[in-house]
Amino acid sequence: QMAPSVFCLLIRTIRTARTQAEEREMIQKECAAIRSSFREEDNTYRCRNVAKLLYMHMLGYPAHFGQLECLKLIASQKFTDKRIGYLGAMLLLDERQDVHLLMTNCIKNDLNHSTQYVQGLALCTLGCMGSSEMCRDLAGEVEKLLKTSNSYLRKKAALCAVHVIRKVPELMEMFLPATKNLLNEKNHGVLHTSVVLLTEMCERSPDMLAHFRKLVPQLVRILKNLIMSGYSPEHDVSGISDPFLQVRILRLLRILGRNDDDSSEAMNDILAQVATNTETSKNVGNAILYETVLTIMDIKSESGLRVLAINILGRFLLNNDKNIRYVALTSLLKTVQTDHNAVQRHRSTIVDCLKDLDVSIKRRAMELSFALVNGNNVRGMMKELLYFLDSCEPEFKADCASGIFLAAEKYAPSKRWHIDTIMRVLTTAGSYVRDDAVPNLIQLITNSVEMHAYTVQRLYKAILGDYSQQPLVQVASWCIGEYGDLLVSGQCEEEEPIQVTEDEVLDILESVLISNMSASVTRGYALTAIMKLSTRFTCTVNRIKKVVSIYGSSIDVELQQRAVEYNALFKKYDHMRPALLERMPVMEKATTNGPTEIVQTNGETEPAVLETKPPPSGLSCRSAAFLFSTGIPSITAYNKNGLKIDFTFERSNTNPSVTVITIQASNSTELDMTDFVFQAAVPKVEPWRAAYSDRLRASCKYFLISELVMAAYSDRLRASCKYFLISAFM
Amino acid sequence: LEELRFKSAPVPGEGSNVVSYGSVSFGWLWGQSGAVLGSGFSCDGSIGKSFSRRIHFILLFSRQGKLRLQKWYTTLPDKEKKKIIREIVQIILSRNQKTSSFVDWKDLKLVYKRYASLYFCCAIEDQDNELLTLEVVHRYVELLDRYFGNVCELDIIFNFEKAYFILDEFIIGGEVQETSKRSAVKAIEDSDMLQETVEEYMNKPAF
Repeated sequence: QMAPSVFCLLIRTIRTARTQAEEREMIQKECAAIRSSFREEDNTYRCRNVAKLLYMHMLGYPAHFGQLECLKLIASQKFTDKRIGYLGAMLLLDERQDVHLLMTNCIKNDLNHSTQYVQGLALCTLGCMGSSEMCRDLAGEVEKLLKTSNSYLRKKAALCAVHVIRKVPELMEMFLPATKNLLNEKNHGVLHTSVVLLTEMCERSPDMLAHFRKLVPQLVRILKNLIMSGYSPEHDVSGISDPFLQVRILRLLRILGRNDDDSSEAMNDILAQVATNTETSKNVGNAILYETVLTIMDIKSESGLRVLAINILGRFLLNNDKNIRYVALTSLLKTVQTDHNAVQRHRSTIVDCLKDLDVSIKRRAMELSFALVNGNNVRGMMKELLYFLDSCEPEFKADCASGIFLAAEKYAPSKRWHIDTIMRVLTTAGSYVRDDAVPNLIQLITNSVEMHAYTVQRLYKAILGDYSQQPLVQVASWCIGEYGDLLVSGQCEEEEPIQVTEDEVLDILESVLISNMSASVTRGYALTAIMKLSTRFTCTVNRIKKVVSIYGSSIDVELQQRAVEYNALFKKYDHMRPALLERMPVMEKATTNGPTEIVQTNGETEPAVLETKPPPSGLSCRSAAFLFSTGIPSITAYNKNGLKIDFTFERSNTNPSVTVITIQASNSTELDMTDFVFQAAVPKVEPWRAAYSDRLRASCKYFLISELVMAAYSDRLRASCKYFLISAFM
Repeated sequence: LEELRFKSAPVPGEGSNVVSYGSVSFGWLWGQSGAVLGSGFSCDGSIGKSFSRRIHFILLFSRQGKLRLQKWYTTLPDKEKKKIIREIVQIILSRNQKTSSFVDWKDLKLVYKRYASLYFCCAIEDQDNELLTLEVVHRYVELLDRYFGNVCELDIIFNFEKAYFILDEFIIGGEVQETSKRSAVKAIEDSDMLQETVEEYMNKPAF
């Protein structure tokens, strides 16, 4: 042997190091010695030194200076050298270093060596880390060895071929002839690797796949023999003969049977046999069953077989072994769409898995549960899922909440139940609910007309104690703003109506406004709600006016802008206020996602409704006007320092649902006006709000930002106008 | 498909959503208007994707996190490998007894099992058969046991090159090459016999 005692001595020595620093020192000393030995080109100790280097590499120390030495070892005649050399190459070299190509010739020689174990080393190395260039150069040698009768080499050559194909797919064709009688082998190693090779080829090429379909009967026979044969000590694992080979064959059958009726039929019996006869007490049997199930589900199998497969998964779910349950859930998730009814039968077991301690199992159980909700089981399922939402880890809450909303929307047995479910989610996981759920919920609530009183009461009660969960507070604020009148008049039928005064309602909304916990968006909701109540409440309008005017000097630009505009509503446009703040109509669910007549720009140009004259050069003008009706008198939006901007409005002749806004900007000064920038802020309206704007148009509403207000605006006008419009009309 | 589409209709407001049902995922990206800006459909597993299954890497490490063996079947920079090892060791050492042997990690799955003081960890592709991988790990342990006779961690420390040789007789390129315990061990033992004795080694010319 190559002086093992010295080698062991090194390891032993290094292990005595008590600190990282001590170890590093030893290693550095050793490395220095090794380096000088390498420099001396010492053939005798090279092997031992590389071995030491590999050990140090495993500890995490750099060993790249040994790369060339590995190549020298590979080129050596001594088997001991080759063994370590090839190991070193696999550990220290890869295709990113140019030096690896120097191996090619050595490998080529060794592939033709007289000793099979040397050939084996070469095949193994090539098959593990061969680069594309190496594979190209040596593919021919591999192909030759694929045809040898030496099973030790043949099996390695097969896997080497797999690697070559993965690296250089164009070379796949050249291995085709050699595959001719691969499956005739008795040797399990060759059989296994051959099946792997065939699998690889079939995956990559539909032509290969078609070509190899004829192997199905032979594969079925081999599998049958494995199952039926008696005890074979060499390949036995807990009473099962060569489970590795069985699984690979099942996998290949899967690929061959997909989308092919004849092949699927030919394998039907063997699949049923494996499914029913495989011993399930140990993991190995279940591994085979698992693969069988995957195959059955993927080919064109009879329905009876499919049910059998799902039942196997159902039994897996009841297994004490966590791993088996995990695998069952993963598979059921894949099959739930295609075999929904069969999976439904295992619903209660799946729901039980929600209580599992393993996070991956819980997640899969949750996804599967959502997939299984239908009109019949929605009440029971939602109960379980709401409980899960309550007790699950934070990483699940957002997805679970979204899932519950979706399921509730689709299957709610009653409006009351729907509202209650939403409430439950908002109060249980209020801070995890996704932001995009809020507008959706608002739409839902709006459309549940008969539940308005009940909803606003429940939401009011929910935030009374705790207004920290933003999505909940946003929805609640919006509702209170809309239906506050129902709240104070105690109109709730579904439950005992509470007594609450207008002032109390305003108290809670103001608390939200003031609170540190409230996000800016939430504050916006609250302020708008307060404003809306000015037309719904009777006794507290002055209070509302006061609040609104206070926020006119808020440092939050959003709030400031809204407040200022609401102020303007109170003052100059009071006659419009009731109509503007009217109850939102029921919104149709958008069936298409296309834009309505309202221009939506998203920053890109789209067919614009807005028609503008080319603006003259002039001052930078920031102004905007939003108008949605006919018969609007023209407006002078801006008239200062010689720049006058007028808006005129007309129905389009060709399309009466379109309003054409024309802007005329004129310069009455002697001088030219340069850098005139016209920015039109156009509201981006969600489809469900577009329905509302139809209503607006019909009732001739418009709102214009006064010149006083404009002057106060910053560049945020563009974005904030959108908010304003939407918030106002909310 | 119909049902899936309905279940996950875009929600008003700008944003994106990806809904997965098992191995099928639908994604939408939409703008403020609700107009769909882009959508994608991805689908893996038994519906059309490559069946290419292979082990990506194998790690052996102690309960203190010391690496005892690393076999990589993919090309990665050394720095990256170190980072991955650190990450995975940390993940696995923090798992408790009550969890399964499988960990979702990036787009791979880690299958691990502890034998005495050593953790054996295999990274497989997401669609691979996890239960069989447990058998692969077990088989490797059995081979080590057969070769060393009642193998323990120290055997693997002091004879790490043998641990690699044995692995290389069992797996090539991330795929199992030999399913017979006897054959695999015999190949190693025969190879050991081929190794030169000290005398032979000294006397034989290298080139």
